[in-house]
Amino acid sequence: MNHYEAVFILNPVLSDDQVKETVKKFEDFLISQESEIISTEHWGLKKLQYSIQNKQSGFYNLIDFKATNTVINAFETELKRDERVMRYLNVKLDKHADAWSVKRRERNNKKV
Amino acid sequence: MSSLEQAGKAGNQGEIRYLTPLDIATKNSKKYCMFKRSGIKYVDYKDPDFLLRFINEQGKILPRRLTGTSLKYQRKVSVAVKRARHLALLPYQADMLK
Repeated sequence: MNHYEAVFILNPVLSDDQVKETVKKFEDFLISQESEIISTEHWGLKKLQYSIQNKQSGFYNLIDFKATNTVINAFETELKRDERVMRYLNVKLDKHADAWSVKRRERNNKKV
Repeated sequence: MSSLEQAGKAGNQGEIRYLTPLDIATKNSKKYCMFKRSGIKYVDYKDPDFLLRFINEQGKILPRRLTGTSLKYQRKVSVAVKRARHLALLPYQADMLK
């Protein structure tokens, strides 16, 4: 099991419910692949620094999860197939990144 | 022969004198790697405001000789900037970024 982090940008045309539904879909997919979701973050509608698919903004979402390396390929094809996803990035976290993600989560929890 | 040169040869002080010594000493505060100094181990690509100090106004990554970052962290910075660009958190090309 490795620690991974996925950030993906969803189409700004979607409604809030549709965004939630999409995120839920990916979470369910990960759970079905026997991976463990550590945390999720919704950054909301953010302005893009350059236009993607002629859109100036997008819904940013982050999923922190633990999975085996074979899951990632399947997860990436899942992200690619979905038309609502404009951009995604999967990153494997090393030990320093792992420590940072814990710290970051604590900080975010404090804010809320 | 000018009077100035004559004065110089004679060992006298020249005509040009300054009331205050000229401040031509260059800045000698040494550059340092901020990651090493503040103990940051991981460069986060999700924080574009932080990465802004390692890129110039056009959105290009600044060289090590300007920022003073050590090689180990410069590599991490460059990866982080490139990831942030992919996620549209930073621009690939820009003008008047700062």
